[in-house]
Amino acid sequence: MFDTLSDRLENVFSGLRSKGRLTDADIDATAREIRIALLEADVALPVVKAFIASVKERSKGAEVSKALNPAQQVIKIVNEELVNILGGETRRLQFAKTPPTVILLAGLQGAGKTTLAGKLGKWLKAQGHSPMLVACDLQRPNAVTQLQVVGEQAGVEVYAPEPGNGVGDPVSVALNSIENAKHAMHDVVVVDTAGRTGIDQEMMQQAIGIRDAVQPNEILFVIDAMIGQDAINTAQAFRDGVGFTGVVLSKLDGDARGGAALSVRHVTGQPIMFASTGEKLDDFDVFHPERMASRILGMGDMLTLIEQA
Amino acid sequence: SAFGRGLLAVISKEQLDEDDWEDLEDNLLQADVGVAATTHIVEQLRTKSKVLGTASPDQLRNLLADELVEALSPEMDRTVRSKSTDGKPAIVMVVGVNGTGKTTTCGKLARVLVGDGNTVLMGAADTFRAAAADQLQTWGERVGVDVIRGPEQADPASVAFDAVKEGISRNVDTVLIDTAGRLHTKIGLMDELGKVGRVIAKHKPIEETLLVLDATTGQNGVVQAKVFTEVVDITGVVLTKLDGSAKGGIVISVQRELGVPVKLVGLGEGKDDLAPFDPREFVEGLLANG
Ligand SMILES: Nc1nc2c(ncn2[C@@H]2O[C@H](COP(=O)(O)OP(=O)(O)OP(=O)(O)O)[C@@H](O)[C@H]2O)c(=O)[nH]1
Ligand SMILES: Nc1nc2c(ncn2[C@@H]2O[C@H](COP(=O)(O)OP(=O)(O)OP(=O)(O)O)[C@@H](O)[C@H]2O)c(=O)[nH]1
Ligand SMILES: [Mg+2]
Ligand SMILES: [Mg+2]
Repeated sequence: MFDTLSDRLENVFSGLRSKGRLTDADIDATAREIRIALLEADVALPVVKAFIASVKERSKGAEVSKALNPAQQVIKIVNEELVNILGGETRRLQFAKTPPTVILLAGLQGAGKTTLAGKLGKWLKAQGHSPMLVACDLQRPNAVTQLQVVGEQAGVEVYAPEPGNGVGDPVSVALNSIENAKHAMHDVVVVDTAGRTGIDQEMMQQAIGIRDAVQPNEILFVIDAMIGQDAINTAQAFRDGVGFTGVVLSKLDGDARGGAALSVRHVTGQPIMFASTGEKLDDFDVFHPERMASRILGMGDMLTLIEQA
Repeated sequence: SAFGRGLLAVISKEQLDEDDWEDLEDNLLQADVGVAATTHIVEQLRTKSKVLGTASPDQLRNLLADELVEALSPEMDRTVRSKSTDGKPAIVMVVGVNGTGKTTTCGKLARVLVGDGNTVLMGAADTFRAAAADQLQTWGERVGVDVIRGPEQADPASVAFDAVKEGISRNVDTVLIDTAGRLHTKIGLMDELGKVGRVIAKHKPIEETLLVLDATTGQNGVVQAKVFTEVVDITGVVLTKLDGSAKGGIVISVQRELGVPVKLVGLGEGKDDLAPFDPREFVEGLLANG
């Protein structure tokens, strides 16, 4: 078994010299290996298929540079396509013309929403904003307490009028939070919501209710970097349900390749805005498409070589 | 497409073509079975179907289902060891990466055990994550089980030690130990988990260590399982969040890698949403469209 795509491709092309132009056989052999690498990186199958088709198209007739062997040539194309899809038009958070700016967090159970609320709070505060966190997860045991603790750690106010654990209506908390924020001069409101699966209609409807109550400027879809093929179904369900304007990839401090980034981007077109990289409130960064591309393909060194060629 | 596939089943064909095989393979890949395991299973199936003269996609699907059930070693013992023979409580420890459903599983498992007439105590050895002990406490109240907790940021091993000690002195049947989520790549945190296990063992051996795996997990699940096995003696897997759209196919490789069975499945956030793992039922879900 070969660990990385670079190893695999080196193997495919070992003994093969650059022939000036990529043959169809070269491209097919490379495409097979890339397909495996993408699947092992948890890129969703339909996305893999579409991606391979477009890479093949681009590779056909591509001139082989003197410096690169055919494998490197295709990898270069693959990498460019990946960065292209992952990066797109990267953009910053959209702020409201008249405050408060509202950021709504949504995602599956355990994805990292509540932790992200704390991270965003701390980050926004450091940038001179006066954020407020809103406890709209009244479902999961002690989600409210958890948000209060991270709010305290972040040094940010938390609006939590209901105890949760099944008590209170998240939509009315959401509604009241905006008036409260205006009154207390908070210019950004971050709304934490309960985790929900993509196929739970009732819970998705609740998220829509919260959304309509706060009219968010941004809806961030938080997704665990360890997720597999289901990323595509879930992303579609959230897109068609509550909707979202940006993506946050969480738990990137692990060793999952994070192919979900590609899947989600491919099916929804929404940009990946932030990376969550740990349990502590500072473990948070804006998203870097190039790093993600080489992470998905596991081809670190080879890219450096290609860049130098 | 589901429509196309449905049609295929109606017009039972005389011969299987490459598209049928590809459909099958795609089905497995999309359930997170993984490239290596999928290739292996499909290859075996090809041989078998040749021998048996399989002609229709329907027959093929049944053959595949059998193959998958077989891959899950249906003969394995899947009972949770919640009773001990040494006169002391059985210790069940719950471990896994962040957010998979450990605390929830503790609560649901306590509920099942109490329902079976056992006395249970829970230990909140997650002293790191915000409000983790409160969360377990709420579950304890829900299912009528006491929770032993330490001061905030306390040493998790010492909380686990105290919980087991208390369990012994109260003479309960089972002590459930909830631990903090940790990524398997964090060496310090993995060492800490090993220490929790060793400190409990000063009282008595642990009967059951359950690795909680989220059904949405992709190929990383296998690495997680391997690394956790290196620090604690995993005796069973719990597959959570099977009520969502994810199929959980990664457990096929995980079970083979670990040599320990999937014992329980999580089917929701309610207190009764825990069920024994049934290989046949799991496989039917895995092969179901959509
Ligand atoms: N290692 C790591 N852990 C994280 C990260 N983000 C969150 N976590 C952990 O993942 C677990 C779940 O995080 P939460 O913030 O509670 O997730 P959530 O989406 O609010 O969960 P629910 O409210 O239950 O749906 C906790 O143990 C967090 O500490 C991250 O970027 N890296
Ligand atoms: N839909 C569904 N949600 C579940 C299931 N099990 C747990 N959850 C939810 O997943 C989220 C995380 O569950 P926890 O029990 O807090 O997970 P954990 O592994 O203890 O998390 P950390 O301690 O932060 O690592 C919560 O929102 C739970 O309600 C399940 O089987 N199905
Ligand atoms: Mg939460
Ligand atoms: Mg927990």
